[in-house]
Amino acid sequence: MFDLDKWQEILSTIKKNKMRTFLTGFSVAWGIFMLMILLGSGNGLSNGVAANFMNDAVNAMWIWTGETTIAHQGLKPGRSIQFHNDDYNIIDNISGVESASGRYFMGNTRYSYENESGEYTTVTCHPELNDVEKMELLEGRFINEVDILQNRKVVVIGKDIHTALFKEKAALGEYVKINNVPFKVVGVCLEPGSTRNRNAYMPVSTAQKVFNGSNRLHNFAITISGKTLQESQEIEERIRNTFARKHRFDVTDESALGMYNKMENYIQTMRIFQAIKIFIWIIGIGTLIAGIVGVSNIMLIVVKERTKEIGIRKAIGASPASVIGLILLESILITTVAGYIGLVLGTGLMELINYAMVQSAGDAAQQGETVFLNPTVDFSVAVAATLLLVVAGTLAGYIPAKRAASIKPIVALRDE
Amino acid sequence: MITLNNIHKSYVMGSSKLHVLKGIDLDIEQGEFVSIMGSSGSGKSTLLNILGMLDNYDEGSYHLDNRLIADMSEKKAAQLRNEMVGFVFQSFNLISFKNAMENVALPLYYKGVNRKKRNSIAMEYLEKLGLAPWASHMPNEMSGGQKQRVAIARALISRPKIILADEPTGALDTTTSYEVMEILKEINQAGITVIIVTHEHDIAAMTQKVVRLKDGRIDEIIRNGELKAFRHTYNKELETA
Repeated sequence: MFDLDKWQEILSTIKKNKMRTFLTGFSVAWGIFMLMILLGSGNGLSNGVAANFMNDAVNAMWIWTGETTIAHQGLKPGRSIQFHNDDYNIIDNISGVESASGRYFMGNTRYSYENESGEYTTVTCHPELNDVEKMELLEGRFINEVDILQNRKVVVIGKDIHTALFKEKAALGEYVKINNVPFKVVGVCLEPGSTRNRNAYMPVSTAQKVFNGSNRLHNFAITISGKTLQESQEIEERIRNTFARKHRFDVTDESALGMYNKMENYIQTMRIFQAIKIFIWIIGIGTLIAGIVGVSNIMLIVVKERTKEIGIRKAIGASPASVIGLILLESILITTVAGYIGLVLGTGLMELINYAMVQSAGDAAQQGETVFLNPTVDFSVAVAATLLLVVAGTLAGYIPAKRAASIKPIVALRDE
Repeated sequence: MITLNNIHKSYVMGSSKLHVLKGIDLDIEQGEFVSIMGSSGSGKSTLLNILGMLDNYDEGSYHLDNRLIADMSEKKAAQLRNEMVGFVFQSFNLISFKNAMENVALPLYYKGVNRKKRNSIAMEYLEKLGLAPWASHMPNEMSGGQKQRVAIARALISRPKIILADEPTGALDTTTSYEVMEILKEINQAGITVIIVTHEHDIAAMTQKVVRLKDGRIDEIIRNGELKAFRHTYNKELETA
């Protein structure tokens, strides 16, 4: 039941005791404010790092070949291992491998268009590379299955190549000469997480045919279906075993077959951030406790200060329950309002920082590596923290209020 | 109206026990104007607190308006105080952050009267006591006499049967003291029982009945007719002093 008269009585008490109200409110607002900033910064840091990982697929894995260092099945060490097209079919069929792209290294490649030319890296690939590295296409399309099957002479160029060779002109549909062989430009792309876009992408089958590649491949970029560190390591193991058997090298020979498992790296980094998050939470809880102690202290003083008033009220007919109610409702009102203010200020500041960062960084795709992203706090956490402070303030007020209400009015009146 | 029968009261002070009231028998009729006198430590304030249900007693019985006042819950006591008794204190005991009108209106808040109504009633009482112009003043902006009149208005607003005043003139100068006593007299003439505790003979002499306490017992009761004699003794006491 909403008792207007009671609230008027409480509001008039609050209005007449501004200092006390301010002190109680301030300790609550400050606690919540600091908590919001701490948790927000923690979230921002962890979001930023997570986003950097997201530039490539988190479940990506790169596999490359090298020379053996361990004698195996009567073969001497120092033997070069070479992937071929049939290895692509093998890896594509290993369970746990989602998509795979092979690459044939071309060495230096000279790109020219009309009077402009430059040396750029050519990445030969299958269409699946886009699953692994997540290119952002500005125009046109990426390499597709038909390009591979028909060995089409097409190329997707990076934005910087486009700028260097074509200036303002549209590149789509034009022919660039790559080592003097004309290729049709079918797309222009950006590499997320990088400030340089100097790579060009070409169907691997075309590259093998045009540039004397025969059926050789140098590395694979794949994505895997494993969700946990253990699963991804199992898949890694399976790939290594398969190739060791086929190419006859020792399974433990790390330099015959190199692998980089992004998932492993990602999980380890996330673990560090988990630890940082826990650390931030510990500090946050510490801040909350400081706030609770502050509120409790002030409530104790408030009740002490009001002992005489309580005596007067009781002498003229206030029941103990109404005295407790008066003090508690006042404290709940103050802590709730102050907690809300702290919440608004804290989240407001974090949003402001977020806004300023987005503004100064410009286009998200161009900002490259960020350490701080979306530094905001889960709303339910914020509300729970505020409620906790309100409840703590209430409890802290209840005990002395109950004691004050149960003292004989005559004793309370004598209190100076 | 009030019947006290062999009232005992002691306070525990650490390990020692202080026996303050050692068997008080007293009858006060409706409409009487009574003063309780005695040197400090004679138990006069304790007696008043028991009469006002601010404190409980250890032994004996206390009937107020034919109702036994004993072992009451705090809530019930608070309610009875609100209905039956109005208090006036030496140190006024106004709530410092409320203005005169709000202070006067407070007992009605605990009676559940709405704000508008209780404020208008409070204004009536302030007017009766000549304090209407000070209604919006805070206690610290008023003189002692004004504060005591506000306190009296607060005691009266719930239409009590008894007014209990603990040294109502203790913090006031003589002129203001007499003004306050005039007001209490008028209240008494309206039919309300007034009981005051005082150690000033001239104040006590304005009442109809003086109860003198000595070491927790009633030493003597001087009634209306004997007050002249009391004045006489009092004057003699002054001379010898």
